[in-house]
Amino acid sequence: MSGGPRSDSPLPAALLDRIDSLAAKYPTMRAALLPALWLVQDERGWISRADVAEVADRLGLAAADAEGVLSFYFLFHRAPRGTVVIDVCDNVVCRANGAERLLADLCARLGITPGETTADGRFTVRRQECIAACHQAPAVQVDLQYRGPITSVDELLGMEAR
Amino acid sequence: MSAAYEPVLLRRRGLERSGDIDVYERTGGYQALRKALIEMTPQSVTDLVIASNLRGRGGAGFPTGRKWSFIPKDAPVKYLAVNADESEPGTFNNRVFIDADPHALVEGILICCFAVGISAAYIYIRGENLAGARALERAIAQARAKGYVGRGILGSSFSCEIHVFRGAGAYICGEETALLESIEGRRPQPRSRPPFPAVVGLFGKPTVINNVETLGCVPSIVERGAAWFKSIGPENAPGPKMYCLSGHVARPGVYERPMGTPLRELIEEHAGGIRGGRSLGFVIPGAAASTALRPDEIDVAMDFDSLRKIGTELGAGGIMVFDDRVCIVETLERLARFFRHESCGKCVPCREGTVWQHATLVRLAERRGGAADVALLKSVSEQISGKTLCALGDFAAAPQLGALRKFPEHFQAHVEGRCPARAEAVVA
Repeated sequence: MSGGPRSDSPLPAALLDRIDSLAAKYPTMRAALLPALWLVQDERGWISRADVAEVADRLGLAAADAEGVLSFYFLFHRAPRGTVVIDVCDNVVCRANGAERLLADLCARLGITPGETTADGRFTVRRQECIAACHQAPAVQVDLQYRGPITSVDELLGMEAR
Repeated sequence: MSAAYEPVLLRRRGLERSGDIDVYERTGGYQALRKALIEMTPQSVTDLVIASNLRGRGGAGFPTGRKWSFIPKDAPVKYLAVNADESEPGTFNNRVFIDADPHALVEGILICCFAVGISAAYIYIRGENLAGARALERAIAQARAKGYVGRGILGSSFSCEIHVFRGAGAYICGEETALLESIEGRRPQPRSRPPFPAVVGLFGKPTVINNVETLGCVPSIVERGAAWFKSIGPENAPGPKMYCLSGHVARPGVYERPMGTPLRELIEEHAGGIRGGRSLGFVIPGAAASTALRPDEIDVAMDFDSLRKIGTELGAGGIMVFDDRVCIVETLERLARFFRHESCGKCVPCREGTVWQHATLVRLAERRGGAADVALLKSVSEQISGKTLCALGDFAAAPQLGALRKFPEHFQAHVEGRCPARAEAVVA
Protein backbone atom coordinates (compact mmCIF):
# COMPACT_ATOMS: atom_id res chain seq x y z
CA MET A 1 0.00 0.00 0.00
CA SER A 2 2.83 2.39 -0.68
CA GLY A 3 1.83 5.82 -1.84
CA GLY A 4 5.25 6.73 -3.12
CA PRO A 5 6.07 8.04 -6.56
CA ARG A 6 4.76 5.90 -9.36
CA SER A 7 5.73 5.59 -12.94
CA ASP A 8 3.30 6.07 -15.76
CA SER A 9 4.08 2.59 -16.93
CA PRO A 10 1.28 0.34 -18.08
CA LEU A 11 -0.25 -1.98 -15.49
CA PRO A 12 1.98 -5.01 -14.89
CA ALA A 13 1.03 -8.24 -16.62
CA ALA A 14 0.46 -10.03 -13.31
CA LEU A 15 -2.09 -7.40 -12.31
CA LEU A 16 -3.87 -7.68 -15.64
CA ASP A 17 -4.05 -11.43 -15.14
CA ARG A 18 -5.69 -10.89 -11.78
CA ILE A 19 -8.20 -8.52 -13.38
CA ASP A 20 -8.97 -11.19 -15.97
CA SER A 21 -9.65 -13.76 -13.30
CA LEU A 22 -11.90 -11.29 -11.48
CA ALA A 23 -13.80 -10.76 -14.71
CA ALA A 24 -14.29 -14.51 -15.02
CA LYS A 25 -15.66 -14.74 -11.48
CA TYR A 26 -18.74 -12.56 -12.04
CA PRO A 27 -21.70 -13.04 -14.40
CA THR A 28 -20.69 -9.85 -16.23
CA MET A 29 -17.26 -8.36 -16.88
CA ARG A 30 -18.51 -4.96 -15.71
CA ALA A 31 -19.08 -6.35 -12.19
CA ALA A 32 -15.31 -6.76 -11.88
CA LEU A 33 -14.80 -3.00 -12.20
CA LEU A 34 -14.79 -2.04 -8.52
CA PRO A 35 -12.71 -5.06 -7.43
CA ALA A 36 -10.27 -4.31 -10.27
CA LEU A 37 -9.94 -0.67 -9.21
CA TRP A 38 -9.20 -1.80 -5.65
CA LEU A 39 -6.46 -4.05 -7.02
CA VAL A 40 -4.91 -1.15 -8.91
CA GLN A 41 -5.04 1.16 -5.90
CA ASP A 42 -3.59 -1.49 -3.58
CA GLU A 43 -0.75 -2.01 -6.03
CA ARG A 44 -0.02 1.61 -7.01
CA GLY A 45 -1.36 3.74 -4.17
CA TRP A 46 -3.61 5.75 -6.44
CA ILE A 47 -5.45 5.44 -9.72
CA SER A 48 -4.44 7.56 -12.71
CA ARG A 49 -6.57 8.26 -15.77
CA ALA A 50 -4.30 5.98 -17.77
CA ASP A 51 -4.89 3.19 -15.24
CA VAL A 52 -8.66 3.64 -15.50
CA ALA A 53 -8.47 3.51 -19.28
CA GLU A 54 -6.46 0.32 -19.12
CA VAL A 55 -8.83 -1.35 -16.64
CA ALA A 56 -11.83 -0.24 -18.69
CA ASP A 57 -10.30 -1.63 -21.86
CA ARG A 58 -9.60 -4.94 -20.16
CA LEU A 59 -13.25 -5.16 -19.07
CA GLY A 60 -14.72 -4.06 -22.39
CA LEU A 61 -15.91 -0.68 -21.09
CA ALA A 62 -15.40 2.85 -22.33
CA ALA A 63 -12.87 4.79 -20.26
CA ALA A 64 -15.42 7.57 -19.65
CA ASP A 65 -17.90 5.01 -18.39
CA ALA A 66 -15.39 3.62 -15.88
CA GLU A 67 -14.39 7.17 -14.83
CA GLY A 68 -18.04 7.91 -14.17
CA VAL A 69 -18.31 4.95 -11.82
CA LEU A 70 -14.99 5.57 -10.10
CA SER A 71 -15.66 9.26 -9.47
CA PHE A 72 -18.74 8.40 -7.40
CA TYR A 73 -16.68 6.89 -4.59
CA PHE A 74 -14.68 8.53 -1.82
CA LEU A 75 -12.01 5.93 -1.14
CA PHE A 76 -10.29 5.91 -4.50
CA HIS A 77 -7.32 8.26 -4.71
CA ARG A 78 -6.99 10.15 -7.97
CA ALA A 79 -3.59 11.70 -7.25
CA PRO A 80 -0.43 10.59 -5.46
CA ARG A 81 -1.10 10.51 -1.74
CA GLY A 82 0.86 10.24 1.46
CA THR A 83 2.42 6.96 2.54
CA VAL A 84 -0.04 7.03 5.44
CA VAL A 85 -3.61 8.20 4.91
CA ILE A 86 -5.48 9.43 7.97
CA ASP A 87 -9.24 9.80 7.55
CA VAL A 88 -10.80 11.73 10.43
CA CYS A 89 -14.53 11.28 11.00
CA ASP A 90 -16.15 14.65 11.63
CA ASN A 91 -19.77 13.57 11.84
CA VAL A 92 -22.00 14.38 14.80
CA VAL A 93 -20.88 11.82 17.39
CA CYS A 94 -17.18 12.26 16.71
CA ARG A 95 -17.66 16.03 16.68
CA ALA A 96 -19.43 15.90 20.05
CA ASN A 97 -16.33 14.07 21.28
CA GLY A 98 -13.76 16.54 20.01
CA ALA A 99 -13.18 15.60 16.36
CA GLU A 100 -12.78 19.21 15.22
CA ARG A 101 -10.12 19.84 17.85
CA LEU A 102 -8.35 16.63 16.88
CA LEU A 103 -8.43 17.52 13.19
CA ALA A 104 -7.16 21.05 13.87
CA ASP A 105 -4.33 19.78 16.08
CA LEU A 106 -3.36 17.10 13.59
CA CYS A 107 -3.31 19.50 10.66
CA ALA A 108 -1.38 22.12 12.67
CA ARG A 109 1.22 19.52 13.62
CA LEU A 110 1.64 18.38 10.02
CA GLY A 111 1.39 21.86 8.53
CA ILE A 112 -1.41 21.02 6.11
CA THR A 113 -5.15 21.47 5.76
CA PRO A 114 -7.67 18.61 5.38
CA GLY A 115 -7.35 17.04 1.96
CA GLU A 116 -3.65 17.80 1.67
CA THR A 117 -0.47 15.74 1.81
CA THR A 118 2.65 16.73 3.75
CA ALA A 119 5.58 18.00 1.67
CA ASP A 120 7.67 14.96 2.59
CA GLY A 121 4.94 12.69 1.23
CA ARG A 122 4.42 10.89 4.50
CA PHE A 123 0.88 11.87 5.51
CA THR A 124 -2.40 12.67 3.85
CA VAL A 125 -5.24 13.87 6.10
CA ARG A 126 -8.85 13.93 5.02
CA ARG A 127 -12.23 14.67 6.54
CA GLN A 128 -14.35 11.56 6.32
CA GLU A 129 -18.06 10.90 6.81
CA CYS A 130 -19.22 8.51 9.54
CA ILE A 131 -17.04 5.37 9.51
CA ALA A 132 -19.21 3.18 11.78
CA ALA A 133 -17.02 3.73 14.81
CA CYS A 134 -19.24 6.01 16.90
CA HIS A 135 -18.42 4.02 20.04
CA GLN A 136 -14.75 4.88 19.45
CA ALA A 137 -15.33 8.61 19.01
CA PRO A 138 -13.36 10.57 18.12
CA ALA A 139 -12.44 7.90 15.60
CA VAL A 140 -10.13 7.85 12.63
CA GLN A 141 -8.95 5.39 10.04
CA VAL A 142 -5.26 5.04 9.36
CA ASP A 143 -4.91 3.26 6.01
CA LEU A 144 -8.43 1.91 6.60
CA GLN A 145 -7.58 0.54 10.03
CA TYR A 146 -9.85 1.72 12.80
CA ARG A 147 -8.35 3.77 15.64
CA GLY A 148 -10.16 5.41 18.53
CA PRO A 149 -10.98 7.00 20.76
CA ILE A 150 -8.03 9.25 19.86
CA THR A 151 -7.12 11.35 22.87
CA SER A 152 -4.14 13.20 21.38
CA VAL A 153 -2.28 13.81 18.16
CA ASP A 154 0.91 12.53 19.81
CA GLU A 155 -0.78 9.23 20.43
CA LEU A 156 -2.13 9.05 16.89
CA LEU A 157 1.14 9.93 15.17
CA GLY A 158 3.11 7.87 17.68
CA MET A 159 1.35 4.78 16.39
CA GLU A 160 2.70 5.55 12.95
CA ALA A 161 6.17 6.67 14.04
CA ARG A 162 7.87 3.26 13.82
CA MET B 1 -33.36 -3.17 37.06
CA SER B 2 -33.71 -5.02 33.80
CA ALA B 3 -34.25 -8.77 33.71
CA ALA B 4 -31.34 -11.10 33.03
CA TYR B 5 -30.80 -11.63 29.31
CA GLU B 6 -28.62 -14.16 27.57
CA PRO B 7 -27.15 -12.68 24.37
CA VAL B 8 -27.94 -14.51 21.16
CA LEU B 9 -26.22 -12.54 18.39
CA LEU B 10 -23.20 -11.51 20.44
CA ARG B 11 -22.82 -14.67 22.49
CA ARG B 12 -19.36 -15.28 21.12
CA ARG B 13 -18.11 -11.74 21.61
CA GLY B 14 -15.08 -11.83 23.87
CA LEU B 15 -14.31 -15.51 23.25
CA GLU B 16 -10.72 -16.07 22.28
CA ARG B 17 -10.37 -16.58 18.50
CA SER B 18 -14.14 -16.21 18.14
CA GLY B 19 -13.75 -15.80 14.38
CA ASP B 20 -12.15 -19.24 13.96
CA ILE B 21 -14.22 -22.11 12.70
CA ASP B 22 -13.10 -24.57 15.39
CA VAL B 23 -14.27 -22.18 18.11
CA TYR B 24 -17.50 -21.61 16.19
CA GLU B 25 -18.20 -25.32 15.79
CA ARG B 26 -17.28 -26.07 19.38
CA THR B 27 -19.86 -23.55 20.53
CA GLY B 28 -22.69 -25.00 18.44
CA GLY B 29 -21.83 -23.42 15.09
CA TYR B 30 -23.10 -24.89 11.81
CA GLN B 31 -25.54 -27.15 13.69
CA ALA B 32 -28.46 -25.07 12.43
CA LEU B 33 -27.27 -25.45 8.84
CA ARG B 34 -26.90 -29.19 9.38
CA LYS B 35 -30.40 -29.38 10.85
CA ALA B 36 -31.88 -27.39 7.94
CA LEU B 37 -30.18 -29.55 5.31
CA ILE B 38 -30.90 -32.89 6.93
CA GLU B 39 -34.16 -32.52 8.78
CA MET B 40 -35.95 -29.74 6.92
CA THR B 41 -37.05 -28.72 3.44
CA PRO B 42 -36.47 -25.27 1.92
CA GLN B 43 -40.18 -24.56 2.34
CA SER B 44 -40.20 -25.59 5.99
CA VAL B 45 -37.23 -23.30 6.71
CA THR B 46 -39.06 -20.38 5.07
CA ASP B 47 -42.23 -21.26 6.98
CA LEU B 48 -40.27 -21.32 10.22
CA VAL B 49 -38.80 -17.87 9.58
CA ILE B 50 -42.29 -16.57 8.71
CA ALA B 51 -43.63 -18.12 11.93
CA SER B 52 -40.85 -16.50 13.97
CA ASN B 53 -42.05 -13.07 12.80
CA LEU B 54 -38.43 -11.97 12.26
CA ARG B 55 -38.52 -8.45 10.81
CA GLY B 56 -35.66 -6.97 8.80
CA ARG B 57 -33.16 -5.14 10.97
CA GLY B 58 -31.98 -2.66 8.35
CA GLY B 59 -34.70 -0.21 9.35
CA ALA B 60 -37.79 -0.95 7.29
CA GLY B 61 -38.84 -3.85 9.51
CA PHE B 62 -40.27 -5.92 6.66
CA PRO B 63 -41.03 -9.57 7.60
CA THR B 64 -37.99 -11.57 6.47
CA GLY B 65 -39.72 -14.88 5.75
CA ARG B 66 -42.30 -13.17 3.56
CA LYS B 67 -39.52 -11.42 1.65
CA TRP B 68 -37.97 -14.84 0.97
CA SER B 69 -41.33 -16.23 -0.15
CA PHE B 70 -41.69 -13.52 -2.85
CA ILE B 71 -38.83 -15.03 -4.86
CA PRO B 72 -40.22 -17.02 -7.80
CA LYS B 73 -39.59 -20.69 -7.03
CA ASP B 74 -39.07 -21.72 -10.64
CA ALA B 75 -36.39 -19.11 -11.43
CA PRO B 76 -33.24 -21.02 -12.46
CA VAL B 77 -30.83 -18.34 -11.20
CA LYS B 78 -31.40 -16.15 -8.13
CA TYR B 79 -29.15 -14.32 -5.73
CA LEU B 80 -28.79 -13.20 -2.15
CA ALA B 81 -27.26 -9.77 -1.57
CA VAL B 82 -26.21 -9.16 2.01
CA ASN B 83 -26.27 -5.54 3.04
CA ALA B 84 -23.19 -4.88 5.19
CA ASP B 85 -22.77 -1.32 3.93
CA GLU B 86 -23.61 0.20 7.33
CA SER B 87 -22.83 3.86 6.75
CA GLU B 88 -25.53 5.85 8.53
CA PRO B 89 -24.17 8.06 11.31
CA GLY B 90 -24.85 6.32 14.62
CA THR B 91 -24.74 2.71 13.41
CA PHE B 92 -21.91 0.25 13.98
CA ASN B 93 -23.48 -3.06 15.07
CA ASN B 94 -22.78 -4.89 11.80
CA ARG B 95 -19.12 -4.12 12.23
CA VAL B 96 -19.06 -5.32 15.84
CA PHE B 97 -21.03 -8.46 14.93
CA ILE B 98 -18.80 -9.39 11.97
CA ASP B 99 -15.67 -8.82 14.06
CA ALA B 100 -17.02 -11.05 16.82
CA ASP B 101 -18.68 -13.82 14.86
CA PRO B 102 -18.16 -13.88 11.07
CA HIS B 103 -19.17 -17.53 10.83
CA ALA B 104 -22.59 -16.75 12.26
CA LEU B 105 -23.22 -14.49 9.28
CA VAL B 106 -21.91 -17.16 6.91
CA GLU B 107 -24.24 -19.73 8.47
CA GLY B 108 -27.23 -17.37 8.25
CA ILE B 109 -26.44 -16.76 4.59
CA LEU B 110 -26.23 -20.46 3.84
CA ILE B 111 -29.56 -21.19 5.53
CA CYS B 112 -31.26 -18.37 3.64
CA CYS B 113 -29.81 -19.62 0.35
CA PHE B 114 -30.99 -23.17 1.10
CA ALA B 115 -34.50 -21.91 1.91
CA VAL B 116 -34.81 -19.81 -1.23
CA GLY B 117 -32.88 -22.07 -3.61
CA ILE B 118 -30.00 -19.66 -4.15
CA SER B 119 -26.55 -20.82 -5.18
CA ALA B 120 -24.62 -17.53 -5.00
CA ALA B 121 -24.56 -14.83 -2.33
CA TYR B 122 -22.78 -11.49 -2.38
CA ILE B 123 -21.84 -9.77 0.86
CA TYR B 124 -21.66 -6.05 0.09
CA ILE B 125 -19.43 -4.54 2.79
CA ARG B 126 -18.48 -0.88 2.98
CA GLY B 127 -14.98 -0.19 1.70
CA GLU B 128 -13.85 1.33 4.98
CA ASN B 129 -14.44 -1.94 6.83
CA LEU B 130 -11.39 -3.71 5.46
CA ALA B 131 -10.95 -5.78 8.64
CA GLY B 132 -14.53 -7.03 8.34
CA ALA B 133 -14.05 -7.99 4.70
CA ARG B 134 -10.90 -9.93 5.57
CA ALA B 135 -12.59 -11.66 8.51
CA LEU B 136 -15.43 -12.76 6.24
CA GLU B 137 -13.09 -13.95 3.46
CA ARG B 138 -11.19 -15.98 6.01
CA ALA B 139 -14.39 -17.43 7.49
CA ILE B 140 -15.68 -18.38 4.03
CA ALA B 141 -12.37 -20.09 3.20
CA GLN B 142 -12.49 -22.03 6.47
CA ALA B 143 -16.13 -22.98 5.87
CA ARG B 144 -15.27 -24.14 2.36
CA ALA B 145 -12.46 -26.34 3.68
CA LYS B 146 -14.98 -28.01 5.99
CA GLY B 147 -17.59 -28.54 3.29
CA TYR B 148 -20.06 -25.87 4.39
CA VAL B 149 -19.52 -23.73 1.31
CA GLY B 150 -19.17 -24.90 -2.29
CA ARG B 151 -20.64 -27.88 -4.12
CA GLY B 152 -22.77 -30.55 -2.43
CA ILE B 153 -22.74 -28.99 1.03
CA LEU B 154 -22.57 -31.62 3.79
CA GLY B 155 -23.23 -34.33 1.22
CA SER B 156 -26.55 -32.81 0.16
CA SER B 157 -27.56 -31.58 -3.28
CA PHE B 158 -27.34 -27.97 -2.04
CA SER B 159 -24.46 -25.92 -3.49
CA CYS B 160 -23.64 -22.34 -2.61
CA GLU B 161 -20.87 -19.82 -3.21
CA ILE B 162 -20.37 -16.71 -1.10
CA HIS B 163 -18.53 -13.67 -2.46
CA VAL B 164 -17.30 -10.69 -0.46
CA PHE B 165 -17.75 -7.48 -2.43
CA ARG B 166 -16.15 -4.31 -1.13
CA GLY B 167 -17.76 -0.92 -1.62
CA ALA B 168 -15.57 2.16 -1.97
CA GLY B 169 -17.15 4.86 0.16
CA ALA B 170 -20.73 5.92 -0.64
CA TYR B 171 -23.65 5.85 1.82
CA ILE B 172 -26.20 5.39 -0.97
CA CYS B 173 -24.86 1.87 -1.53
CA GLY B 174 -26.80 0.80 1.56
CA GLU B 175 -29.97 1.51 -0.43
CA GLU B 176 -30.88 -1.89 -1.79
CA THR B 177 -31.07 -1.12 -5.49
CA ALA B 178 -28.03 1.18 -5.39
CA LEU B 179 -26.22 -1.72 -3.76
CA LEU B 180 -27.13 -3.93 -6.73
CA GLU B 181 -25.97 -1.26 -9.18
CA SER B 182 -22.68 -0.98 -7.29
CA ILE B 183 -22.01 -4.72 -7.53
CA GLU B 184 -22.87 -4.61 -11.22
CA GLY B 185 -20.18 -1.96 -11.76
CA ARG B 186 -22.51 0.95 -12.49
CA ARG B 187 -22.83 4.28 -10.73
CA PRO B 188 -24.72 3.35 -7.56
CA GLN B 189 -27.95 5.23 -8.23
CA PRO B 190 -31.20 3.64 -7.05
CA ARG B 191 -33.49 1.94 -9.52
CA SER B 192 -37.09 2.70 -10.17
CA ARG B 193 -39.45 0.12 -8.69
CA PRO B 194 -41.31 -1.90 -9.95
CA PRO B 195 -39.83 -4.22 -10.92
CA PHE B 196 -38.80 -5.10 -7.38
CA PRO B 197 -35.51 -6.90 -6.70
CA ALA B 198 -37.47 -10.06 -5.78
CA VAL B 199 -38.34 -10.27 -9.49
CA VAL B 200 -35.55 -8.33 -11.26
CA GLY B 201 -32.60 -7.89 -8.94
CA LEU B 202 -28.87 -8.53 -9.16
CA PHE B 203 -27.75 -9.19 -12.76
CA GLY B 204 -31.44 -9.08 -13.68
CA LYS B 205 -32.28 -12.13 -11.56
CA PRO B 206 -34.64 -12.51 -8.57
CA THR B 207 -32.74 -11.36 -5.51
CA VAL B 208 -33.19 -11.41 -1.75
CA ILE B 209 -31.56 -8.45 -0.01
CA ASN B 210 -31.10 -8.88 3.73
CA ASN B 211 -29.27 -6.98 6.42
CA VAL B 212 -26.40 -8.54 8.40
CA GLU B 213 -28.25 -8.51 11.71
CA THR B 214 -31.34 -10.06 10.10
CA LEU B 215 -29.36 -13.01 8.76
CA GLY B 216 -27.53 -13.24 12.08
CA CYS B 217 -30.85 -14.13 13.73
CA VAL B 218 -31.57 -17.01 11.33
CA PRO B 219 -29.32 -19.80 12.70
CA SER B 220 -30.78 -19.37 16.19
CA ILE B 221 -34.34 -19.50 14.85
CA VAL B 222 -33.59 -22.78 13.06
CA GLU B 223 -31.85 -24.17 16.13
CA ARG B 224 -34.31 -23.09 18.82
CA GLY B 225 -37.58 -22.58 16.99
CA ALA B 226 -40.08 -19.85 16.24
CA ALA B 227 -41.80 -20.01 19.64
CA TRP B 228 -38.49 -19.34 21.40
CA PHE B 229 -37.74 -16.39 19.11
CA LYS B 230 -41.20 -14.94 19.64
CA SER B 231 -40.76 -15.19 23.40
CA ILE B 232 -38.09 -12.46 23.17
CA GLY B 233 -39.45 -8.89 23.04
CA PRO B 234 -42.78 -7.67 21.67
CA GLU B 235 -45.08 -9.97 19.72
CA ASN B 236 -45.21 -7.79 16.62
CA ALA B 237 -41.42 -7.45 16.33
CA PRO B 238 -39.72 -10.14 18.38
CA GLY B 239 -36.13 -11.23 18.79
CA PRO B 240 -32.79 -9.89 19.89
CA LYS B 241 -31.59 -6.47 18.82
CA MET B 242 -28.08 -5.01 18.80
CA TYR B 243 -28.48 -1.41 19.94
CA CYS B 244 -25.59 0.97 19.17
CA LEU B 245 -25.08 3.55 21.91
CA SER B 246 -22.80 6.49 21.30
CA GLY B 247 -22.31 10.14 22.12
CA HIS B 248 -22.19 11.46 25.65
CA VAL B 249 -22.79 8.19 27.46
CA ALA B 250 -20.37 6.73 30.00
CA ARG B 251 -19.98 3.41 28.17
CA PRO B 252 -20.57 3.68 24.42
CA GLY B 253 -20.87 0.38 22.58
CA VAL B 254 -23.19 -2.25 21.17
CA TYR B 255 -25.69 -3.66 23.66
CA GLU B 256 -27.71 -6.68 22.65
CA ARG B 257 -31.10 -6.70 24.37
CA PRO B 258 -34.59 -7.86 23.49
CA MET B 259 -36.33 -5.80 20.83
CA GLY B 260 -38.51 -3.27 22.61
CA THR B 261 -36.08 -2.51 25.45
CA PRO B 262 -36.90 0.92 26.88
CA LEU B 263 -34.62 3.68 25.62
CA ARG B 264 -34.13 4.94 29.18
CA GLU B 265 -32.85 1.53 30.31
CA LEU B 266 -30.38 1.39 27.41
CA ILE B 267 -29.01 4.84 28.14
CA GLU B 268 -29.00 4.85 31.92
CA GLU B 269 -28.41 1.24 32.83
CA HIS B 270 -26.42 -0.33 30.02
CA ALA B 271 -24.49 2.64 28.66
CA GLY B 272 -23.99 4.07 32.15
CA GLY B 273 -25.96 7.30 31.75
CA ILE B 274 -24.79 10.72 30.66
CA ARG B 275 -21.06 11.23 31.06
CA GLY B 276 -19.59 13.72 33.48
CA GLY B 277 -22.75 14.28 35.49
CA ARG B 278 -24.35 16.37 32.74
CA SER B 279 -28.00 16.13 31.85
CA LEU B 280 -29.54 14.82 28.66
CA GLY B 281 -30.09 17.32 25.86
CA PHE B 282 -31.65 15.13 23.17
CA VAL B 283 -31.40 11.63 21.74
CA ILE B 284 -31.41 10.54 18.11
CA PRO B 285 -32.82 7.01 18.56
CA GLY B 286 -32.55 5.41 15.12
CA ALA B 287 -29.47 6.94 13.47
CA ALA B 288 -29.22 10.03 11.28
CA ALA B 289 -32.55 9.62 9.50
CA SER B 290 -34.68 9.50 12.66
CA THR B 291 -36.32 12.35 14.53
CA ALA B 292 -34.58 13.39 17.75
CA LEU B 293 -36.37 12.84 21.04
CA ARG B 294 -36.66 15.18 23.99
CA PRO B 295 -35.45 14.08 27.44
CA ASP B 296 -39.06 13.48 28.53
CA GLU B 297 -39.63 11.01 25.68
CA ILE B 298 -37.06 8.34 26.53
CA ASP B 299 -39.43 5.93 28.24
CA VAL B 300 -40.36 4.65 24.78
CA ALA B 301 -39.83 0.96 23.89
CA MET B 302 -37.13 0.61 21.22
CA ASP B 303 -39.01 -1.26 18.50
CA PHE B 304 -40.32 -0.33 15.05
CA ASP B 305 -43.95 0.32 15.97
CA SER B 306 -43.48 2.00 19.38
CA LEU B 307 -41.06 4.53 17.89
CA ARG B 308 -43.31 5.20 14.88
CA LYS B 309 -46.13 5.98 17.31
CA ILE B 310 -44.15 8.92 18.69
CA GLY B 311 -43.07 10.15 15.29
CA THR B 312 -39.60 8.68 14.93
CA GLU B 313 -37.92 5.49 13.71
CA LEU B 314 -35.87 2.57 14.99
CA GLY B 315 -33.75 2.53 11.85
CA ALA B 316 -30.89 0.12 12.39
CA GLY B 317 -30.79 0.92 16.12
CA GLY B 318 -28.18 3.69 16.21
CA ILE B 319 -28.84 5.64 19.41
CA MET B 320 -26.89 8.90 19.55
CA VAL B 321 -27.03 10.61 22.93
CA PHE B 322 -26.14 14.29 23.36
CA ASP B 323 -25.81 16.22 26.59
CA ASP B 324 -27.33 19.63 27.27
CA ARG B 325 -24.35 21.52 25.81
CA VAL B 326 -24.93 20.26 22.28
CA CYS B 327 -26.91 22.49 19.96
CA ILE B 328 -29.57 20.57 18.08
CA VAL B 329 -29.62 23.06 15.22
CA GLU B 330 -25.87 22.62 14.71
CA THR B 331 -26.34 18.86 14.87
CA LEU B 332 -29.06 19.00 12.24
CA GLU B 333 -26.83 21.19 10.09
CA ARG B 334 -24.09 18.55 10.18
CA LEU B 335 -26.54 15.77 9.36
CA ALA B 336 -27.91 17.86 6.50
CA ARG B 337 -24.35 18.17 5.18
CA PHE B 338 -24.11 14.38 5.31
CA PHE B 339 -27.27 13.89 3.26
CA ARG B 340 -26.27 16.62 0.81
CA HIS B 341 -22.92 14.88 0.32
CA GLU B 342 -24.47 11.44 -0.02
CA SER B 343 -27.40 12.30 -2.29
CA CYS B 344 -26.67 10.43 -5.52
CA GLY B 345 -28.09 13.20 -7.71
CA LYS B 346 -30.60 11.11 -9.62
CA CYS B 347 -33.82 12.67 -8.28
CA VAL B 348 -34.14 16.46 -8.43
CA PRO B 349 -36.03 16.95 -5.12
CA CYS B 350 -33.22 15.22 -3.20
CA ARG B 351 -30.29 16.56 -5.21
CA GLU B 352 -31.46 20.18 -5.01
CA GLY B 353 -33.42 19.94 -1.78
CA THR B 354 -30.53 18.67 0.33
CA VAL B 355 -28.41 21.62 -0.85
CA TRP B 356 -31.16 24.05 0.13
CA GLN B 357 -31.73 22.31 3.46
CA HIS B 358 -28.06 22.54 4.31
CA ALA B 359 -27.65 26.19 3.26
CA THR B 360 -30.70 27.13 5.33
CA LEU B 361 -29.43 25.26 8.36
CA VAL B 362 -26.00 26.90 8.09
CA ARG B 363 -27.70 30.30 8.37
CA LEU B 364 -29.83 29.16 11.29
CA ALA B 365 -26.96 27.46 13.14
CA GLU B 366 -24.82 30.56 12.75
CA ARG B 367 -27.75 32.64 14.02
CA ARG B 368 -27.87 34.63 10.80
CA GLY B 369 -31.24 33.23 9.78
CA GLY B 370 -34.72 34.62 10.14
CA ALA B 371 -38.20 33.21 10.61
CA ALA B 372 -38.37 32.86 6.82
CA ASP B 373 -35.49 30.35 6.99
CA VAL B 374 -37.40 28.19 9.46
CA ALA B 375 -40.36 28.22 7.08
CA LEU B 376 -38.05 27.52 4.14
CA LEU B 377 -36.50 24.51 5.88
CA LYS B 378 -39.97 23.10 6.44
CA SER B 379 -41.12 23.80 2.91
CA VAL B 380 -38.01 22.35 1.24
CA SER B 381 -38.11 19.26 3.46
CA GLU B 382 -41.78 18.68 2.62
CA GLN B 383 -40.95 18.97 -1.06
CA ILE B 384 -38.32 16.23 -0.79
CA SER B 385 -40.36 13.86 1.35
CA GLY B 386 -42.07 11.09 -0.63
CA LYS B 387 -40.95 12.51 -3.97
CA THR B 388 -37.81 10.49 -4.65
CA LEU B 389 -37.06 7.02 -6.00
CA CYS B 390 -35.40 5.84 -2.81
CA ALA B 391 -35.59 6.53 0.90
CA LEU B 392 -32.55 8.83 1.05
CA GLY B 393 -34.76 11.80 0.29
CA ASP B 394 -37.15 10.82 3.08
CA PHE B 395 -34.16 10.26 5.37
CA ALA B 396 -32.92 13.80 4.69
CA ALA B 397 -36.37 15.29 5.24
CA ALA B 398 -37.63 13.38 8.28
CA PRO B 399 -35.17 14.53 10.99
CA GLN B 400 -35.66 18.18 9.94
CA LEU B 401 -39.45 18.02 9.89
CA GLY B 402 -39.42 16.08 13.16
CA ALA B 403 -37.15 18.58 14.89
CA LEU B 404 -39.21 21.54 13.68
CA ARG B 405 -42.17 19.82 15.39
CA LYS B 406 -40.42 18.72 18.59
CA PHE B 407 -37.88 21.48 19.17
CA PRO B 408 -39.52 24.68 17.83
CA GLU B 409 -38.13 26.79 20.67
CA HIS B 410 -34.55 25.97 19.61
CA PHE B 411 -35.18 27.23 16.08
CA GLN B 412 -36.94 30.29 17.48
CA ALA B 413 -34.01 31.01 19.80
CA HIS B 414 -31.55 30.87 16.88
CA VAL B 415 -33.71 33.28 14.91
CA GLU B 416 -33.50 35.60 17.91
CA GLY B 417 -29.74 35.22 18.04
CA ARG B 418 -29.59 32.90 21.03
CA CYS B 419 -28.57 29.27 21.43
CA PRO B 420 -30.08 27.45 24.43
CA ALA B 421 -27.28 24.86 24.47
CA ARG B 422 -24.52 27.45 24.23
CA ALA B 423 -25.33 29.31 27.43
CA GLU B 424 -22.06 28.05 28.82
CA ALA B 425 -20.24 28.73 25.56
CA VAL B 426 -18.53 25.37 25.43
CA VAL B 427 -17.57 24.43 21.91
CA ALA B 428 -17.81 20.69 21.29
